[in-house]
Amino acid sequence: MTSTRATAVLVPVLSVLLSFLVGGVIVVISGHDPLAAYVALLQGAFGSVFNLANTLTVAVPLMLAGLGVAFTFRAGLFNIGAEGQYWLGSIAAAWVGYAVHGLPVWVHLPLALLAGTLAGALWAALIPGVLKAWTGAHEVITTMMMSYIAINLARYLIEGGPMMAPGYTPQSPAVLPTATLPALVPGTQLSWGLVLAVLAAVAVWFVLYRTTFGFEVRAAGLNGRAARYAGMNVARIIVLAMFVSGALAGLAGAVQTLGVNHRLFDAFNAGYGYTAIVVALLGKNNPWGVLAAAVLFGALNAGASAMQMQAGVPAHLVDVVQGMIIFFIAVDGIIRSVLRRTRKEAAQA
Amino acid sequence: MNGSEIFNAQLWMTALSSATPLALAALGGTFSERTGVVNIAMEGMMLTGAFVAVLASATLHSAFLGLAAAILSGMLMAVLFAWGTIRYKADQVVVGMAINVLAAGLTGYLLNAIYGFTGTPPDTPRLPDVTIPGLAQMPGIGAVLGRADLLVYVMLLLVPLSHYFLFRTPLGLRMRAVGEHPQAADTAGIDVNRLRFLGVLISGALSGMAGAYISIGVLNAFNVNMTNGRGYIALAAMIFGNWKPVGAFLAAALFGLANALAINLQGLEGWHVSKDFVLMIPYALTILALAGIVRRTTPPAADGIPYEPGH
Amino acid sequence: MDVVLELKGITKRFPGVVANDRVDLDLRRGEIHAVLGENGAGKSTIMKIVSGLYSPDEGTILLEGRPVRFAGPREAITAGIGMVHQHFMLIPVMTVAENIVLGREPARGLALDVRRAREDVRQLSARYGLEIDPDRLVGELSVGLQQRVEILKAFYRGANILILDEPTAMLTPQEARELFRIMRELARSGVSIFFISHKLDEVMEVADRVSVMRQGRRVATLPAAETSPEQLAELMVGRSVLLRVERGEHRPGEPVLAVEGLGRAARGGRAALADISFEVRAGEIFGLAGVEGNGQQELVEVLAGLLKPDRGTVRLGGVDVTGRSPRQLFEMGVAYIPPDRQAEGLVLDLTVAENLALKDYYRAPLARRGLIDVKRLAERARALVVEYDVRPANPAAVARTLSGGNQQKVILGREVSSSPRLLIAAQPTRGLDVGAIEFVHRRLLALRDSGAAVLLSSLELDEILSLADRIGVMYKGRLVAVLDADEATRERVGLLMTGATAAAPAGAGTAAAGAGAEEVRRP
Repeated sequence: MTSTRATAVLVPVLSVLLSFLVGGVIVVISGHDPLAAYVALLQGAFGSVFNLANTLTVAVPLMLAGLGVAFTFRAGLFNIGAEGQYWLGSIAAAWVGYAVHGLPVWVHLPLALLAGTLAGALWAALIPGVLKAWTGAHEVITTMMMSYIAINLARYLIEGGPMMAPGYTPQSPAVLPTATLPALVPGTQLSWGLVLAVLAAVAVWFVLYRTTFGFEVRAAGLNGRAARYAGMNVARIIVLAMFVSGALAGLAGAVQTLGVNHRLFDAFNAGYGYTAIVVALLGKNNPWGVLAAAVLFGALNAGASAMQMQAGVPAHLVDVVQGMIIFFIAVDGIIRSVLRRTRKEAAQA
Repeated sequence: MNGSEIFNAQLWMTALSSATPLALAALGGTFSERTGVVNIAMEGMMLTGAFVAVLASATLHSAFLGLAAAILSGMLMAVLFAWGTIRYKADQVVVGMAINVLAAGLTGYLLNAIYGFTGTPPDTPRLPDVTIPGLAQMPGIGAVLGRADLLVYVMLLLVPLSHYFLFRTPLGLRMRAVGEHPQAADTAGIDVNRLRFLGVLISGALSGMAGAYISIGVLNAFNVNMTNGRGYIALAAMIFGNWKPVGAFLAAALFGLANALAINLQGLEGWHVSKDFVLMIPYALTILALAGIVRRTTPPAADGIPYEPGH
Repeated sequence: MDVVLELKGITKRFPGVVANDRVDLDLRRGEIHAVLGENGAGKSTIMKIVSGLYSPDEGTILLEGRPVRFAGPREAITAGIGMVHQHFMLIPVMTVAENIVLGREPARGLALDVRRAREDVRQLSARYGLEIDPDRLVGELSVGLQQRVEILKAFYRGANILILDEPTAMLTPQEARELFRIMRELARSGVSIFFISHKLDEVMEVADRVSVMRQGRRVATLPAAETSPEQLAELMVGRSVLLRVERGEHRPGEPVLAVEGLGRAARGGRAALADISFEVRAGEIFGLAGVEGNGQQELVEVLAGLLKPDRGTVRLGGVDVTGRSPRQLFEMGVAYIPPDRQAEGLVLDLTVAENLALKDYYRAPLARRGLIDVKRLAERARALVVEYDVRPANPAAVARTLSGGNQQKVILGREVSSSPRLLIAAQPTRGLDVGAIEFVHRRLLALRDSGAAVLLSSLELDEILSLADRIGVMYKGRLVAVLDADEATRERVGLLMTGATAAAPAGAGTAAAGAGAEEVRRP
């Protein structure tokens, strides 16, 4: 069956193309030129070193959190709360970044990254993971609820809470230079976080396919009962998988805070955790696929403002396209049935 | 203001007002999930309803037409949701997310495309307040329940009606059967997918109505991502209400009260609990309920599972 | 007697198999017509066609002489054909009355007329002699009563043809006897019944006519009064008669497994176990026989570490291993072949190689310090697929793409190659073709001859009789007898399985065990 493998790649690709097509129709209806819009979008995303750096800057947290979501999908879990884990990562990294003084860079920066990673990991594992493993409470709902708790917690901390910087702006103090992730491309916001994200993808692949833990995750994710019968401790696998997933989302928050935002503030960087779910789905939970999908969504977001400025098409179009992509990926029966029909017609012709 | 003054009439009014969209959407969610379709798409249906309500109300100069359009638009999103989840048996959570992202994009896009940067027209008609003669004059309760937006009363009426419909009518029995054991319903001659479609459609209508309340009930304007996660709180209320209309209403009322408290706490001196902690209450309670710590919840047995006949 | 339903030349194909091959079958008014056959003989498929769940590829169905085509179960119901599924189509959280009227509810105004629903159920109960309380929740009823609800459901919809699919599989013998009484009563009042079964004695007891199915075909239809169990058995299995395996001499060694006073209350839909004691020795196959649902599977799962017992001890080579986890037991040399190979034995979307490593992936030689040696894993898989004749002999193939027999060979390879001291095999040949069954049997015997202890739990009595050195019979959660192979005849074991001689010696303990075993099970 060579056609099944082809279909596996074709479905995401066609989903993306079809979504852009639907987006184009909406652009036409609202009286704009879709070609001009997409050209502006592409240029805004890839047209210069600066633009490309912007695209990758957005892609970095999506890669990391997307890998995290993909990891739980592999374990048969749906971590819809990467957003909350991302926030916890941001909070912890920001705090270690500004509050801990007198450390050299090579201690302070890893410490801040580690703090964010650990905070995200515990946020996912301690409550949603443990509850899923021992009471069966559905992780979709618990992680979603934990996200909102995290966002409210972050607001509390910087709106008059203990992490608020002096003054009236709801934000934390800036992280110290010793905890700042240096820029990868000078003059842009793209930090060494990109390297971390690629390394994380390699690590996720290695864990899934070369370690006994990854073997357990894949087995339990595909058939938890058989995994239990084979002697695996499925409750432990669930908690650990949530831990790893939260760690990656927490690292995403830490990288964003230490490399791009340099402090914790409200709302501006919200939403990476949600988009990460789309990234994982589009990347078919494959580490390399996740990297590619993250770049696509980075490009969409980075190019959106250029599209709005140059072609006059509202930047929200990229959300429409994003929504359509999830829809077509989820309802891949639509695309599969189209593929089947075209193959049949090709065979008859 | 001090501690004893916090439970004033204003608080209860705010609580009722906050609870109304939550309860409307949560009631709708009950119909959807009772037939076996997990519906996280309420957020998107609500947001669509909120935008379309303003669009229609401003264009047609009628808040009632705005409300009708909002309901229809919620149902339209529900059709899309149902098409993916029922016809194509796609993952309900993922399609729900798609609807939410799509709704955020579409409403943001159209807001900008139609109204530019100035926002929705300031002369958009708003849904009228209704005064209940007699009740309004009663001390205490009159200040809270005597005069409110039309949809507040609609919501209060829909609670017992939904309960009656689900638990006392033949159609309600069939819908519950479909959510508990679709094969059994199918072999009893019930069209499983049609009833699931109906459940999702009702959910869309009520979510659209909830959206209209937010945009043209409380205010007369729409702004980007106006629902701000209320669809998810409504989902939480439905779960905390144990998939029952009355339970969903009570949970929505509790969550509304938490919201009202959070608002009132801001003006309170000598009080050290941040409003942000009060706002966490609904989420925390829902987690505890799911874990069986606060109360026992039991979802419909086939909730979330697409139906494959002959299996 | 006139014919109410006639099937002519029904053929149904599924990918790779012809489930029904030009089947002719007729049902007369007021008769009980048994359709007998082994698993996979095609009897369920033909009944699913009659009840509208499948549509035939060829052939016609005549109802009262008129050709009919059912697009779904609804149309079959309307035509008066009621199916009682082996797995009940009931909603546990609803009442008996609600379950029965579902889909055709009496209404008063907009509301469901609960009083009339209750009254209708009472009347139906009285008319057919099927007593039931309409207000009880179905989930609280015993299996026998739930079946009664299913039958009433069919009558409420105006059925005059009833299809009972393996109706005794989940029943206690008393409940089964009661069912037979009801069936006869119904037939007398004019209801025509198809009775699907693979149990000879039941068919002989209750049927007017018997049709035997084998490999998708109807091979014979005989009046029950003019046939014998022997004749039916021969028809069921064809010329090859029963599977006979060459079994070497029984030379038992030291006890490997020793179970003493094992007990477990019924809960979570699982049957109770009461006071079970036995031993399995090295070099022997201990067969566990019983009607489905009498605790065999629960016992097996306790021994595999999947269920925790309430009382009693399990010893392995003298060491107390009660309550140890599946992993701990595996490391002590216990292998387990679960009854449902697709849901419990394999991860279907992993490769054959990965499934072969599902139990020992974590330790040398396959892994070291948490890292998997992919090369070793593949090498060993290549050797095992050859040794266990898995086809295709491709370790990289996804397990889902294999046939049932080859999937079972993967499991067998994994478990037997771990050189266990004790192999627990539950339904190891369920649903397999003859070739694969033989393969499994040979392997079990080879393991026994190499000195391992084998505990074989099977619903196929003949399998146990031909393989086991000693046979334990389970009834209502108790081990009611242990027989040596040479004293175990088909009749004797069959009687014990129905509790025939168990009642007397079990004495005082029976009440407790019985109460446990009869507890509510959800459909």
